[in-house]
Amino acid sequence: MSLVSIKDVRKSFGSVEVLKGVSIEVGRGDVVAIIGKSGSGKSTLLRCINGLETYDAGCISVDGIDVGKTRGNLRDLRRNVGMVFQQFNLFPHLTAAENVMLAPKVVNRESAHITKALAKETLAKVGLSDKADSYPSQLSGGQQQRVAIARALAMRPNVLLCDEITSALDPELVSEVLRVVERLASDGMTLILVTHEMRFARDVGTKLVFMHQGKVHEEGPPKPLFASPGTPELAQFIGMQH
Amino acid sequence: MNDFSFWVILSNLLLATRWTVLLSLVAFVCGGAVGLALLFARVSKIRWLDTATRAYIEFFQGTPLLMQLFLFFFGVALLGIEVSPWLAASLALTFWTSAFLAEIWRGCVESLPKGQWEAAETLALSYIEQMRYVILPQALRIAIPPTVGFSVQVIKGTALASIIGFVDLTKAGTMLNNATFRPFLVYSLVALIYFALCYPLSWYAHRLERQFNVAR
Amino acid sequence: MTYKLQFAELLPYWDVLLHGLIFTIVLTIVSTIGGIAVGTAGAAARTFGPKWLDPIVAAYVEIIRNTPFIVQLFFIFFGLPAAGVKLSETAAAFLAMVVNLGAYSTEIIRAGIEAVPKGHLEAAESLAMTRMQILRHVVLKQAFQKIYPALASQIIIVMLGSAVVSQISAEDLTYAANYIQSRNFRAFEVYLVVALLYLLLAIAARAVLRGIGRVIFPKA
Ligand SMILES: Nc1ncnc2c1ncn2[C@@H]1O[C@H](COP(=O)(O)OP(=O)(O)OP(=O)(O)O)[C@@H](O)[C@H]1O
Ligand SMILES: [Mg+2]
Repeated sequence: MSLVSIKDVRKSFGSVEVLKGVSIEVGRGDVVAIIGKSGSGKSTLLRCINGLETYDAGCISVDGIDVGKTRGNLRDLRRNVGMVFQQFNLFPHLTAAENVMLAPKVVNRESAHITKALAKETLAKVGLSDKADSYPSQLSGGQQQRVAIARALAMRPNVLLCDEITSALDPELVSEVLRVVERLASDGMTLILVTHEMRFARDVGTKLVFMHQGKVHEEGPPKPLFASPGTPELAQFIGMQH
Repeated sequence: MNDFSFWVILSNLLLATRWTVLLSLVAFVCGGAVGLALLFARVSKIRWLDTATRAYIEFFQGTPLLMQLFLFFFGVALLGIEVSPWLAASLALTFWTSAFLAEIWRGCVESLPKGQWEAAETLALSYIEQMRYVILPQALRIAIPPTVGFSVQVIKGTALASIIGFVDLTKAGTMLNNATFRPFLVYSLVALIYFALCYPLSWYAHRLERQFNVAR
Repeated sequence: MTYKLQFAELLPYWDVLLHGLIFTIVLTIVSTIGGIAVGTAGAAARTFGPKWLDPIVAAYVEIIRNTPFIVQLFFIFFGLPAAGVKLSETAAAFLAMVVNLGAYSTEIIRAGIEAVPKGHLEAAESLAMTRMQILRHVVLKQAFQKIYPALASQIIIVMLGSAVVSQISAEDLTYAANYIQSRNFRAFEVYLVVALLYLLLAIAARAVLRGIGRVIFPKA
């Protein structure tokens, strides 16, 4: 059974239909790379999965929770679904460790003892054990983004959503973040990532989804798709990236 | 009791409002002029002038307006000059206003990029010319919303002049209250009239600020 | 006709001054705490609260900010008894101060809350935090850090404004000055000394507030 199931989801902003019936199945341990042109609805789709955005029709379920039927009670859903943003969105008034410990403390009511251990463990996982007491403003973009990943991981989500998490970074900082994500993938974390890093999508992804004009235009295992795209649109899109 | 009807109270308050408005205008206009001089002194690079201005501003911003009113009221008398509450209030409010406006305007001037001064200096403009042609025209635009906003503080500040005997809206309220023993009504009306004077200015300052932020 | 300033005639009244000074300090501290509590509640209500509450809080803020403190004080002390609420001079002074600072800090804190980037709210939502948790842990701390300097200067302004409570015979520093000059007829000297005491108080308060700020927000 799929961990994340997206069925014929539609979404409009005003009169503009941004998602025109999107269906994707994500199994446990899958690494789904979503690619596509700007404005094709990638972010919108991702935000629908954890309820930051509502959708108009269709059905999304995560680990048996029907997102559309939560009626605003998104707590259980979001415990299971982590998200990392393009702009990091770290809380500037908290240190790296405090950023990580906040949700386990206030949402899961974990003891100080456990949250500390969690911070230690997740910051180690992203290679930032030595930056626990730094404030976001004292960290580089790449380090901030890794803290943001640790913050999401500390909730022990079943699936992690990443929306262009390297796009705001200087080129030399991209790889340190991608390496962390790659580690997560090889540890078996289920990932859905919107990315412009084609090589990463091909090498790390287990499934490629090409979005075009609000629809899944093509999907399948990344390597064969990159080698021989089934549609001219994907061929053109891949071509454009080089 | 009937000789002090609602309308009598209201009309007396409105008559006294003239003096509140007049005192506010005097304080704002004179305070603005003094404030501009202070601004020139404050951002000049002449050390002693800057220090003196800072002390002046510190005193008028760091002590109660009420104390300043008392000091002018009793202090000018020491010089052998007959003081009316009107004169003492005008002086105190002028100096008090000037200190705040000078600081507000300095913030605007200093928010301009350093390059503006340097460019103006490179063009061989004198200090006054740099201010006149380069700095102030730019600072003026950003200065308008907080200046309008401060005019509300000036109007409210004039209410303290009633304490040294100036018959403004607040003083009229006290007198009418003593005559009618209807404090709830009298002070509600007094508050309402102040609100009618101040709120449009607050609203306008807020709107200007928003417009400015959008334009940026 | 030359007038000689004689400050020595103040000395016998040092205990009166001290009493007034303490009253003003206590008044400031209590109204700061009360005012910030009111302001936090008001700002939270306006940004995170139910819709119907918003115009009520907005009206409170605008009425207070657009009328003189002395009129608010007179209304509370003289006007409210007519409506059945009788307060002592001291109680009226404290209440007026809290109500006044509460309105200003509502606006200041609200501006801070609105300056918190939307992305932070979404990040917190994504971590399954509730609205109250987001407000408390993500929004308020950030907001306070941002607006702390503005809040601190408002506290000083309100402290200096508190001189007016002498007009309802609350026994603050200005009341002490009025009392002394009515005895020794040295009005100018008395008010000059008391003005300088206020200045020292303002400078000290600024330093204390800066220190507190450094402790609460170690980074800033
Ligand atoms: N809150 C919103 N209100 C109105 N329109 C929106 C909103 N969010 C997104 N859109 C529109 O929906 C469309 C899809 O946006 P989306 O952010 O999902 O695209 P994307 O594929 O993530 O693009 P990019 O690669 O630039 O991030 C765009 O045309 C965008 O302008
Ligand atoms: Mg996007």
